[in-house]
Amino acid sequence: MSDAAIHDEHHDHHPYGGMTRWLTTTNHKDIGTMYLVFALIMFFIGGAMAMVIRLELFQPGLQFVDPVFFNSMTTMHALVMIFGAVMPAWTGFANWLIPMMIGAPDMALPRLNNWSFWILPFAFTLLLSTLFMPGGGPAGGWTMYPPLVLQTGAAFPFLIFSIHFMGASSIAGAINIIATVFNLRAPGMTLMKLPLFVWTWIITAFLLIASMPVLAGAVTMLLTDKFFGTAFFSAAGGGDPVMFQHIFWFFGHPEVYILILPAFGIASAIIPTFARKPLFGYASMVYAAASIAFLSFIVWAHHMFTVGMPLAGELFFMYATVLIAVPTGVKVFNWVATMWQSSMTFETPMLFAIAFVVLFTIGGFSGLMLGVTPIDFQYQDTYFVVAHFHYVLVTGAIFSIMAGTYFWLPKWTGHMYDEGLGKLHFWLSTISVNVLFFPQHFLGLAGMPRRIPDYAVQFADWNMVSSIGGFVFGGSQILFLVVIVKCVRGGQKATDRVWEGAHGLEWTLPSPPPYHSFSTPPAPATIEGGMR
Amino acid sequence: MDTGVSTRKLVTKLSLLVLVMFGFGYALVPLYNTLCTVTGLNGKTGRLSEATAAAMPKDDTRLITVEFVTNVNSGMPWRFKPLVTRIAVHPGVETAVDFEVMNTSSDAITGQAVPSLAPNEVARYFSKTECFCFTQQTLAAGETRRMPVRFIVNPKIPAHVDVLTLSYTFFRAAAQVTAATPTVKSVPNS
Ligand code: HEM
Ligand SMILES: [Cu+2]
Repeated sequence: MSDAAIHDEHHDHHPYGGMTRWLTTTNHKDIGTMYLVFALIMFFIGGAMAMVIRLELFQPGLQFVDPVFFNSMTTMHALVMIFGAVMPAWTGFANWLIPMMIGAPDMALPRLNNWSFWILPFAFTLLLSTLFMPGGGPAGGWTMYPPLVLQTGAAFPFLIFSIHFMGASSIAGAINIIATVFNLRAPGMTLMKLPLFVWTWIITAFLLIASMPVLAGAVTMLLTDKFFGTAFFSAAGGGDPVMFQHIFWFFGHPEVYILILPAFGIASAIIPTFARKPLFGYASMVYAAASIAFLSFIVWAHHMFTVGMPLAGELFFMYATVLIAVPTGVKVFNWVATMWQSSMTFETPMLFAIAFVVLFTIGGFSGLMLGVTPIDFQYQDTYFVVAHFHYVLVTGAIFSIMAGTYFWLPKWTGHMYDEGLGKLHFWLSTISVNVLFFPQHFLGLAGMPRRIPDYAVQFADWNMVSSIGGFVFGGSQILFLVVIVKCVRGGQKATDRVWEGAHGLEWTLPSPPPYHSFSTPPAPATIEGGMR
Repeated sequence: MDTGVSTRKLVTKLSLLVLVMFGFGYALVPLYNTLCTVTGLNGKTGRLSEATAAAMPKDDTRLITVEFVTNVNSGMPWRFKPLVTRIAVHPGVETAVDFEVMNTSSDAITGQAVPSLAPNEVARYFSKTECFCFTQQTLAAGETRRMPVRFIVNPKIPAHVDVLTLSYTFFRAAAQVTAATPTVKSVPNS
């Protein structure tokens, strides 16, 4: 992606050329680029699976694929999007941006960085290859509940090991990011001067370190239950399948914040830039992110209100869940307050950031509804849940990834992207994503279950609308690819600051930045001047 | 600069945290089981000795209905039913009921029955002195067996509860489960 950066004459000293260079690179920008390209590829693979799902659901009845394959599509789509697209995209942003934002030459552990990336293609080859195995890919849902998941065919050990690898990769990435921010900050870059993207990533990294090992444990228990005669989740042997749900969601809820916290950081970088005003309530943003992270560890059972918990448990998890709305509300309030009475312009990154604020909030509201126990009794396992998590993940996480891509692409490549195409991509995506997911609220309220290949005829109309939205949204993403490729290959030369209102150390470097970011730390005055 | 040293220290600490959290995942297993036993969560019922049961005070003023439900886990060729489906008992009085199970296949099969009591939160007031679920049951091909359960309801059971449902599910014994778990489509052993 960053050919321009690669051939930048004055700072170009990587020892190998060609493929060997990418295999052995320890440079944060090279690795960031590989993460981002990998995430983009996975986004299209996961997207193709989503197209299969929406195609089958276009009409009632079984038309195109058989039910087991359909189920493996929903399972793989989720795994690929969560672990293959969103998480690597965030690590890619972190690699590219954090050293530049804190005035460091590179990441603290460059060799580990290389490893954590290269584990990923390996993990996903394992996972995707299961689609071609006898019995097909895993089809029990991304949540891998036993005993169903134990009926997976030859794919089962591949599923488990690929999750181990993905976990190892993201834990290594997280350790690296914490070490970089704690030890390589330029003199004068105090913690409360860090850009919010760096802050949210630090918190994300701690979430990763605390939650991914628990997932690793849970899937290891599944593995030994299936092959080595343990009975963690088998009732016959004294175990309990419900316990898997507790362990899984102890990981799972922090995981959803791993997916969204860096998005908060991106919105907090973009909105002040185009509003030409400092971010409203910087400190409260930091505290809000930290309290969200803390709360995310004590709400897991809101995913299992219907398994039959004692009343006290239902109440505790309901109150804790609804409490998360408070720090989340603080953040939304601060973004809106930043835009309030500002002189805004609406370039593509800002458009995506505003859409993020509005649409993520809709997802937050449906989350609140689901967080109320008696209401969840009705909505659990319906399309309402599907609508909820797609609002927070697609129009939340993915939209902010797109906003961030448009925002920093000129910095990364040294070229401006095509603003016209970018805006077209934005409007097509934003309209179609709502056509795609908003009707799913209605379907859920009317009782359509999730994860089914066929449905009762009364759900036909909204499913057709949703599928049409899906095809348009899927198609629009080709535009995203076109914009990126065009921008990498050339275009109007970008200035160093790129955006008139941009603040932060990365904008003091040339576009594209030199191979090693800050070989000598920036002067304290630059840090002050770069901050707002 | 000392960044190298402090980075190494930090990385060691963080890696330790990773290990601790991996262990924590496993620690959740005993934690969960203890919590379930203490609270009766997930309907696990207790076991009492005959002596303790006999010593329990009786309450002739209350009658509690106990219902029996039976299930056989999917893919297990057994037939399983309660011979009494509901019975009214006084708290503190030990009562016996019978269940019948039949192996309809042409192989010997070992099964394990797993009990669960609803409502869950009063499970700890329900105890058994004898149950076929205390041990595994092996049935020869075509064999039918009558199996007793002796239970007692603790008189301290909250006043608002007047119906209890005890359900049993027969599973293949754990050692046989892995071998016999059905797999999707035709996968040669997995
Ligand atoms: C105010 C904030 C939020 C609240 C109160 C909330 C609440 C909930 C609840 C109660 C459920 C379970 C619904 C059910 O299965 O019956 C749920 C599901 C889900 N939420 Fe949220 N949520 C919030 C934010 C988020 C965010 C920020 C994300 C991710 C970026 C997210 C991702 C998900 C996902 C992926 C599921 C479905 C998991 C599955 O069953 O496959 N949520 N949410
Ligand atoms: Cu959750």
